Amino acid sequence: MNLLWLAFTIIGVLLGVMLSAKAVDPAMMLHGMVFSIAGVLSAFALIAKNYRNNSGPSLADANGNVNYNTEIVKAGVIASTFWGVAGFSVGLLIALQLAFPALNFDLPWTNFGRLRPLHTSAVIFAFGGNILIMTSFHVVQRTCRARLAGDIAPWFVFWGYQLFIVLAATGYLLGVTQSKEYAEPEWYVDIWLTLVWVVYLLVFLVTIWKRQEKHIYVANWFFLAFIVTIAMLHIVNNLSMPVSLAGVKSYSLFAGVQSALTQWWYGHNAVGFFLTAGFLGIMYYFIPKRVNRPVYSYRLSIIHFWSLIFLYIWAGPHHLHYTALPDWAQTLGMTFSIMLWMPSWGGMINGLMTLSGAWDKLRTDPVVRFLVTSVAFYGMSTFEGPLMSIKAVNALSHYTDWTIGHVHSGALGWVAYISFGALYFLTPVVWKRKSLYSDALVNLHFWISTVGILLYITAMWVSGILQGLMWRAYDAFGFLEYSFSETVEAMHPFYVIRAGGGALFLIGSLIMVYNLWRTVRGDVRAKEAGSLVPNMEFAGAR
Amino acid sequence: MLSHKKIEKNSILMLVLILIVVSIGGLIEIAPLFYLESTIEKVKGMRPYSPLELAGRDIYIREGCYNCHSQMVRPLRDEAERYGHYSLAAESMYDHPFQWGSKRTGPDLARVGGRYSDEWHVTHLNNPRDVVPESVMPGYPFLGKTPLHVPDVAGSLETNKLVGVPYTEDMIGNAKLDLAIQVNPDADEIDAFMERYPKAQVRDFDGNPAMLSELDALIAYLQMMGTLVDFTSYDVDANKR
Repeated sequence: MNLLWLAFTIIGVLLGVMLSAKAVDPAMMLHGMVFSIAGVLSAFALIAKNYRNNSGPSLADANGNVNYNTEIVKAGVIASTFWGVAGFSVGLLIALQLAFPALNFDLPWTNFGRLRPLHTSAVIFAFGGNILIMTSFHVVQRTCRARLAGDIAPWFVFWGYQLFIVLAATGYLLGVTQSKEYAEPEWYVDIWLTLVWVVYLLVFLVTIWKRQEKHIYVANWFFLAFIVTIAMLHIVNNLSMPVSLAGVKSYSLFAGVQSALTQWWYGHNAVGFFLTAGFLGIMYYFIPKRVNRPVYSYRLSIIHFWSLIFLYIWAGPHHLHYTALPDWAQTLGMTFSIMLWMPSWGGMINGLMTLSGAWDKLRTDPVVRFLVTSVAFYGMSTFEGPLMSIKAVNALSHYTDWTIGHVHSGALGWVAYISFGALYFLTPVVWKRKSLYSDALVNLHFWISTVGILLYITAMWVSGILQGLMWRAYDAFGFLEYSFSETVEAMHPFYVIRAGGGALFLIGSLIMVYNLWRTVRGDVRAKEAGSLVPNMEFAGAR
Repeated sequence: MLSHKKIEKNSILMLVLILIVVSIGGLIEIAPLFYLESTIEKVKGMRPYSPLELAGRDIYIREGCYNCHSQMVRPLRDEAERYGHYSLAAESMYDHPFQWGSKRTGPDLARVGGRYSDEWHVTHLNNPRDVVPESVMPGYPFLGKTPLHVPDVAGSLETNKLVGVPYTEDMIGNAKLDLAIQVNPDADEIDAFMERYPKAQVRDFDGNPAMLSELDALIAYLQMMGTLVDFTSYDVDANKR
């Protein structure tokens, strides 16, 4: 089995060298090299592993307990924390660029147009993706009471995914992009991700097959839907024809209207399945686990799951209101977006009501505060979304900062907060520590970033609605009141406030990095030694 | 009656059901777009991009202009007055992929062609605040200094043809030549070029005849945007059935 993986890395090295040598553009030359270096490093790692330990991992320890793969979760904690801070930093930089354009430095690789996809991909795919892979690997093991399938396969998923991120990110800086939002990487990076994703699905499925529980736990339904639907969306939306097999440039298979709806069918469901279904899987495991209560309603889970995944897929056309897309498709998209409000709030209720009988933990456990606030933000942005999908509202909100504010109330409030909760939960568990280093710092992180989010979204509400109204304002003589540049000028103060909110959010995440790092080291803050919330999975913690 | 217990005990059954449930919406909404008259209508004047315009479009994509500029005028009164006639589906029929955008940090560009002079574009792309003091757009001074390099001009056209753009053998055969001469009105082959690409604009775009630069290509693209369809003769009802 190890030999097969080794052969795979050698093929990778050769392929990389060949692409690099035959490259018709500098970007492919660089990416060929990156690919072959990654191959060489993996070959070394495989050989070193073989010398260290020739037999596979044992499935159970001496007491008959399952020997969970916690190393892969540790790697995930480190990677997602790293990419989170990187993604937030680039976000702050581009926010500042919009307030102070001199910060573009007028260089090719530092302009807003190339850095914006770097920010969106870093936070969605690098931070969010690593959180999803890590938590799904943790949750599927614990809820199936089985060790993660495969010895090397999970590591291929982890490192293969990091390689995808590096290829995508360096590509953006060099101007390699398909120009499809959230699907910018070019054809060869897409093929690589497809390969990684298939192995991810297999590792997840085979672990489920080895389960010692009869039922598949609800969190795993959501993870499964996330993995297979993202595969479908990714493959269809990225169908394209490369100009040369040794060049980065390709032309999409679809054009115009067909291309637009395929892209937003993908784009909206990247939100629906990557940033919602996957993170709902996190909610369904970590909230009940942390507050030590069962999920509020089993029946609601079933209805929530099937109605959410059925309705979400239809909502894409609301990104294309009043465009050349046929009216019937726009109306269909709007209708389903409004219906989507119900399963979204069903999920929110199921998450929040899980705290029944344990509401006091909101006061005593700052990690619960992150988890619960994230669900509240989820409820807020899944109300705002249907509202904005109504055509009359969309005529005003579309193309403005209101959309950006909406995205961030979901991304910062929901996705990042539930991720922070999971990171604070998992670090003491996988490193086998009695508790976090400090609960007070978790609390500080919570309040600093909450103020940051509120500044961010309120600034974007005001600037978005203001600009939308200015664009359509008429003077007493029936002429347009404002030139476009006047509306740009009016945005400046809100762009400064928004950058301030982003800076607070970044500072909060740095506090988390410090806290997690001290936790990993095994430190406990002296002042809080007696009052820290214990890690319930630590032997003898009770 | 299928009990949910059965589904949640069988991962393959669950996987298949998920795939069915998530396929329905996309199939019903997207598939018809490939045969409905209103989305594949032919409008007089639309033609494939000339090699220089295509190269300019590739630079537009490379620099991520779509992040801040839409190319889709909506049928709303203020947009018609600010930008011009609302965009038709046919106007992006050769765009692989579409560039409709999702955000207007800067104005819509669907009909920017001919609205400003070449000199204005040169100054603006070099440092936007020289002509629009309120602008927050990055400067692109490097475009005018970089010679235009397209690895395989004919190959780019051929790839577009493979995905459905009606480039002819004549167009593909002359691609390299056409790329070079669109900035040179005195070239002998201009008449044949104009026959291949009606309404194409031929001149030195960036004010530097010594070099065919990336700025030439980008301005050639910007100046042709929205200029192909003649709306004085466009019949809105022609495609209604």
